[in-house]
Amino acid sequence: MRPFELARPDSLAGAMAAVQAPGAMYVAGGTTIVDLVRAGAERPSRLVDINRIPGLVGVARTEGGFRIGALARMADVAADETVAAAMPAVVQSLRLAASTQIRNMASIGGNLLQRTRCPYFRKPDHGCNKRTPGSGCAAAEGDDKAAAIFGASGACRAVYPGDLAIALIAFDAELEIASAEGEMRLMPLADLHRLPGEAPHLDTTLAAGDLITALRIPASASARRSVYCKVRDRASYEFALVSVAAGLDVDGSGLIRDARLAAGGVGTVPWRLTEAEQALIGTEHGTQAWARAADLAVRDAVPGRQNAYKVDLLKRTLVAVLRNL
Amino acid sequence: MATRAIPPGAAIGRPLDRVDGLAKVTGQARYSADVPAEGVAFAVAVNAAVARGRVASIDTSRALAHRGVLTVITHADAPWPDHAPARTDLEEPEGGVLWGRPDQGLHLVLRDDRVRYPGQPIAVVVAETLEAAEYGAKLVSARYEAQIPRSDLDAALRTQTPFLPPGSQLMPAGDPVDTRRGDPETALAQAAHTVDQDYSTPMEHHQQMEPHATLAEWRGDRLTLHDASQGVHIRQGAIAAAFGLPRENVRVISKFVGGGFGGKGRAWPHVVLAALAARAVARPVKLVLSRDQMSSMVGYRAAHRQRLRLGADADGRLTAIAHDNIQPTAAHDTYLEATAKSTRALYACPNVSTSHRLVRFDVGVPTSTRAPGKAPGIFALESAMDELAFTTGIDPIELRLTNYAETDPRADRPWSSKGLRACYAVGADRFGWESGPIRPRRRREEPWLIGRGMASSVYPGFRAPATARCTLHPDGTAHVESGTLDFGVGTYTTMAQVAAETLGLPFEKVRFDLGDSALPEAPVIGSSRTMASVGSAVRAACQQARAAAVQRAPDSDGDLAAALATIDVPLTAEASVAPGDEWDRFGIHAFGAHFCEVGVDADTGIVRIRRYVTAMDGGRIINPKLARSQIVGGVIWGIGMALMEETRTDLVTGQNVNTSFADYLIPVNADIPDIDVVFVEPEDRHANPLGVKGIGELGIVGAAGAIANAVFDATGLRIHDLPISPDKLLAAL
Repeated sequence: MRPFELARPDSLAGAMAAVQAPGAMYVAGGTTIVDLVRAGAERPSRLVDINRIPGLVGVARTEGGFRIGALARMADVAADETVAAAMPAVVQSLRLAASTQIRNMASIGGNLLQRTRCPYFRKPDHGCNKRTPGSGCAAAEGDDKAAAIFGASGACRAVYPGDLAIALIAFDAELEIASAEGEMRLMPLADLHRLPGEAPHLDTTLAAGDLITALRIPASASARRSVYCKVRDRASYEFALVSVAAGLDVDGSGLIRDARLAAGGVGTVPWRLTEAEQALIGTEHGTQAWARAADLAVRDAVPGRQNAYKVDLLKRTLVAVLRNL
Repeated sequence: MATRAIPPGAAIGRPLDRVDGLAKVTGQARYSADVPAEGVAFAVAVNAAVARGRVASIDTSRALAHRGVLTVITHADAPWPDHAPARTDLEEPEGGVLWGRPDQGLHLVLRDDRVRYPGQPIAVVVAETLEAAEYGAKLVSARYEAQIPRSDLDAALRTQTPFLPPGSQLMPAGDPVDTRRGDPETALAQAAHTVDQDYSTPMEHHQQMEPHATLAEWRGDRLTLHDASQGVHIRQGAIAAAFGLPRENVRVISKFVGGGFGGKGRAWPHVVLAALAARAVARPVKLVLSRDQMSSMVGYRAAHRQRLRLGADADGRLTAIAHDNIQPTAAHDTYLEATAKSTRALYACPNVSTSHRLVRFDVGVPTSTRAPGKAPGIFALESAMDELAFTTGIDPIELRLTNYAETDPRADRPWSSKGLRACYAVGADRFGWESGPIRPRRRREEPWLIGRGMASSVYPGFRAPATARCTLHPDGTAHVESGTLDFGVGTYTTMAQVAAETLGLPFEKVRFDLGDSALPEAPVIGSSRTMASVGSAVRAACQQARAAAVQRAPDSDGDLAAALATIDVPLTAEASVAPGDEWDRFGIHAFGAHFCEVGVDADTGIVRIRRYVTAMDGGRIINPKLARSQIVGGVIWGIGMALMEETRTDLVTGQNVNTSFADYLIPVNADIPDIDVVFVEPEDRHANPLGVKGIGELGIVGAAGAIANAVFDATGLRIHDLPISPDKLLAAL
């Protein structure tokens, strides 16, 4: 492994000071970053361990929903019955992610920042603009079975791999972020991930030194009636071929008051299906509406050579999810 | 004087726990990479970044400058000893034949600037620590004169004429490559029902839990290797040949091996790299492949392209079988496996032809992988039989019974034993198989389409010469040894059971040792033949030792424990046993039948296994608990083969891309239902002295066929190309 320094500050201020060094990165659970350093996909000069910073853990009920510390472990939130009751899709997305061992280690904040599983990102002998800007995109001519059908550019078609963020953007989650200057700000999660465009090496809009400190998820009727469905070849420990987070608020007469839809395994970033949501709202909860939503969901899909199945799979999964919701 | 009989059934047939189980689960079992050595250095291989071409230059200076790096070895300075064989046939661009060479092709390692396959080692970094060696390997940079690699099998099949190297035989048993009896073409033309279908299976890697690992240490011109292998003696011979040493100068030790499945049979380049590195730094050197290197530096199961044609009369009686197979191999090798071999033996049919051909490719050398040839071959045959059952409207079991081979169809000879009929009957009963024609899409439990399928299994009863030694001690214990191996199947335990039974001693008094080339010679473990081969030798050595001890103590009245109480020095007997003419007199095969129920998600095309029953004729079962584990392991692999397993290759660079356990899919616990295993045959009286038939590979053979057939029953869709992943099912659901 490439040598790096390890800093272990015990305060937010200490972390901010430690992360100033060029090439410094934060580490929380370490489940992704250690792997990426070993694979040569990340080359930090220094890892700043944030686990000793107080106040970044815990799941708290707030007036509008929940506030979850960035250092809460995936397993902690997955086991939280109050979150499970208020927003089943969020908890299901965690329970279906990774493995028990990884969920015990991985932090909520870090999970949102998980980098792509595009195989070329971890293969230094292949071009990957996300790993090495300007080196090309091997997936363009190579294996693109897992590649994105939404949000791709000529430079990159790597899928955002996570589950939790898919459920969270459907329900308008927000992030608390501490800047390197020590200022706190609030940002919609939907603004966190950036489309690859010409700079796929930049996964997010975070500035150097920015640290996610907490997550806020507003409660809603549609979050209460929600589900996260993950489609994959094997029953556990696999990234989604396609996943769908869905929430509905249906009135007594069967009309949809509110609809929330987002998809994983298909976009270069967590993919909210806004048009499909709009098409559902105000319509009767039934086959016609589901089919129309599914058509709209894939309207902008641009499949590659080996991943066209994702278009059909997303439509089918979306309809199945709505049917059961 | 009356001789008291050895108590029967004392050890054989008992479901004993593994004698090494506690050591394994408490971390005390030392696998090759765990063996300590004083002053050990660590080596990491540097892999070629291109798949075909030449190394124009290598810059090792940055690696050498890194703290802790001791040396970097390349083809320019590899310390091959002067007495190593000359660089023969290195320049030959095509048509190399490594298989059969005593050095197994190890003479190619760091000998010239050619890059022959993706992942080929071009250098090895040796350092004080593993971390320094790993980083040093990243600091080595090379420039290449690269050529466009041939990586696309479909393209190769369009542009190449599949060929057969002169003198080819099928691995591992040396069977003829092509066979023909009767006139299949005419029979096909006249058949009432025909099936003509192509099947494909992908490249797969063994993905043993224990990576390949070698600890090499020289003392003068004597080399000791602690090495993850499947055969200490064949590896001893290969390494000795590569270095031009007398065989006795090389010692290979493999006390615990964490999975082999064929992949650790042949010595791959890393073994030589470790030995070269140890020579260069004059210290013991440890080299362990990374998980990524487990998909490039070692062998794998080649992809297969098969065409299967069946002809049958109106009653479903087979009139013709034609099974033609094409496999890719490396540009520098001719490995050819027996994909259609069992097609020659499974069904009674007068007109049968089989063929095997190769195409050349810029890949590493393929090798045996659990049930080589049979796993892909029987998938195709048993899928085709299901297609015939559907076409004819005959129940799938009935169709197989209609074509049941009462004698070995390959020659006029009886079976040594055959319990396949019982496998069908017992398996069908336990599964609850309702007889009748296949009628797809008739069961639905939203959102699942439910289907059931079955398939046969068959595996040849191999046996090879083996030697074992039995030493009886005055304290009443026995120490039995042979240079075989235990790669997880329980050989330490089962051989001790054979010895205890033969000697008539309590199981606890017998210890079996293995895994050292200094021990009596034994064959590579593989081909499901270890019990038939080594078990027979253990039995013979124990019989001789027992006879000698009892003879020496006439007053013991045939009681070995009493006899041993009278001796004051250990008594040793060694026995070498080899197969006789039983292969000429009998068809020797293990058989089985798989039954499974699948659910196919009608929305997403996901397939999940719901129930699984397998009935096996493995002859005499030495240890039912370990035998069940063998079958369960095979079936699980078969489930993975059917539904998810596939090495994906970048067709531009020729490199494999899904090389981690996150990306290369094998089943997890959640994919596997309870698997019901039943053995049906008490023993085989002709195959070998123990009455066993190999069961190591029987479980995987046919499993993928049963699953594919169940998917057809559930959906009406026949998937001919493994794995049966959702993208293939979706298009037609």
